[in-house]
Amino acid sequence: MANTPAEVRTARSIVLAVLTPIAAILLSLLIGAILITAVDVNPLRAYAALLTGAFGSLNGFSETLVKATPLMLVGLGIVFAFRTRIWNIGGEGQLLLGALGATLAGLYLGGLPSWLLLPATILAGFLFGGLWGAMAGFLKARYGTNEIIVTIMMNYIALYGVSFMNHVPLREAIGIFPQTDLIVEGARFGRLLPPTRLHAGILVALGLAFVSTVVFQRTTLGYRLKAVGSSPDASRYAGIEVRSTVILSMVLSGGLAGIAGMSEISGIHHRLMDNISSGYGFTGIVVALLGRLHPLGVAVTAIFFGALNVGADSMERTMGLPSPLAFILQALVVLFVLGGDMLTRKAVRERVRRLWVERRT
Amino acid sequence: MEILLQETFLVGLFAASLRLMTPILYAALGEILVERAGVLNVGIEGGMLMGALGGFLGAFYFHSVWVGLAVAMAAGILLNWVLGYLCVSLGADQMVTGITLNILALGLTSFLFRLFFKGASQPPSVPPMARIHVPLLADIPFLGPVLFQQTALLYAALALVAVLWVLLYRTSVGLNLRVVGEHPLAAETVGIHVIRTRYTCLLIGGAMAGVGGAAISLGELSLFLENMTAGRGFIALAIVIFGRWDPWRALAGAFLFGWADALQLRLQGVGLDIPFQFLLIVPYVLTIVILVGLVGRSRPPAALAMPYEKEEA
Repeated sequence: MANTPAEVRTARSIVLAVLTPIAAILLSLLIGAILITAVDVNPLRAYAALLTGAFGSLNGFSETLVKATPLMLVGLGIVFAFRTRIWNIGGEGQLLLGALGATLAGLYLGGLPSWLLLPATILAGFLFGGLWGAMAGFLKARYGTNEIIVTIMMNYIALYGVSFMNHVPLREAIGIFPQTDLIVEGARFGRLLPPTRLHAGILVALGLAFVSTVVFQRTTLGYRLKAVGSSPDASRYAGIEVRSTVILSMVLSGGLAGIAGMSEISGIHHRLMDNISSGYGFTGIVVALLGRLHPLGVAVTAIFFGALNVGADSMERTMGLPSPLAFILQALVVLFVLGGDMLTRKAVRERVRRLWVERRT
Repeated sequence: MEILLQETFLVGLFAASLRLMTPILYAALGEILVERAGVLNVGIEGGMLMGALGGFLGAFYFHSVWVGLAVAMAAGILLNWVLGYLCVSLGADQMVTGITLNILALGLTSFLFRLFFKGASQPPSVPPMARIHVPLLADIPFLGPVLFQQTALLYAALALVAVLWVLLYRTSVGLNLRVVGEHPLAAETVGIHVIRTRYTCLLIGGAMAGVGGAAISLGELSLFLENMTAGRGFIALAIVIFGRWDPWRALAGAFLFGWADALQLRLQGVGLDIPFQFLLIVPYVLTIVILVGLVGRSRPPAALAMPYEKEEA
């Protein structure tokens, strides 16, 4: 039994860090159940359909991982930005630019030696997404412009810009659909479990989650990002280049989202077309938040959200429940975690205060 | 190119500018009120989307624009109530909460819309809002058709600009509200209820975002589309900064955007040899250019986005 204020604080925080997300998930499912019941569907049957859809078959499970891949990559990117307290909402645009970069590499770098082609394609995705992100970072660092607004605006510019590329300069040779030709074989990710669509992108994403963990825990770069995030003034005083750190953070953030776009091209579509992202740029933000801005937390959450998306699709097919239900559940979980964190913090503080008072008397 | 200077084109252009300005203006005015009280509502896009759907459902099922507007307000208020509870009462991070509420609103509106109109062969629509011809003024050449043959939504929005300005700068309520946004501790010391003030502003701001959304679904298109706000809530956020938290300047900013949007829409119709995607990005590029052009000249309320916790007695 914890009796001193310090013991109370640590004992509670460890338990709560695990319990809050679980309680949040249960509460969200409960609200989801109310919504489902309101449309005359049995919520238990609906959730059973969700589970079997996401995990009940080899194909379902591999689809879960296929959906988790872009979410994980965008989410990791968001971690880099948010840890620096830069509110990058531009994952969607950075993903599209990464897809464009990868497509260009896959169309025009076919002459590269085969061992170099795939890494070059990944690099192209990273650079295109990273430079798109860097623009918002530069404007923030140089002019202090609000990055939330800039990144959102750049999402729309990317959306229409890529659409233009599909319609005119990169349109397929036979010129029927607004899409590019197929990228060369060597620029594609291998399929891991044919006939399912599971591709090597998930390995890249998991690898980068591991690398990101190391960056944040073991490197000066990670330290610099976190320092600027917790106090730009103190960081400046300590000799950290704040402006370049802000830009660098956005390059990494956008670059990872760019690899998400690259992975969708190399792993799934094999060509660029409109509508390649079903809101991954936005869901990735929620993934990062629920993963508590920790790379491994992001990896776990991305798989959970991938399952929700696949499960929601199968609920739509089998029960006629609209699939945006997944968005609702995902946002609710984060809101409950936010509220739960604040409530428990208050309760712990109150208990600690009372212990102090008791000691004094 | 001559067509661009003809009177019919110009009348159409400016009338459409005002129509397209209206949703952004409502959202921006509401956000000015909220931010002046020290709360940053990044979820305004979500509030507009809720209002767009709420307004449409109300008008569709009750055959009345006014019921639609009431539902739109209620929907916007509901979303901001959640924000108020998390951010004002509990002190949660306002950025994170706002971002998440946008996603919640996107999911909720898409879910409900598909649910209500499952299997509809064509998108459901409502009759367009009535245009009010202001007696005498509507007959003035050029100005008449541009300014005095619009819907009630535009006239109310323009009135709100003046009302908000008077409220903020000419009343004690407005003074108290600004103190809450600049220095909440000082406000509390002189007996102003910080939490209650912030809640009130948030709920009014939510209602206005809701009306802004309904101004898109009911005022512009007479139908609802998933994610139809298309970033307008964020453009409103930019306009608040551009307008330096002042209603009249926000009006100027909102008009500029309405004009840019109307121009690109019309140019698409004229058949110029410009890819339509290049025209579509004009309002978004303009937003960035304006934000960059404002370097250091726009100062937000001092306590913006900072949670306030009442001191222990």
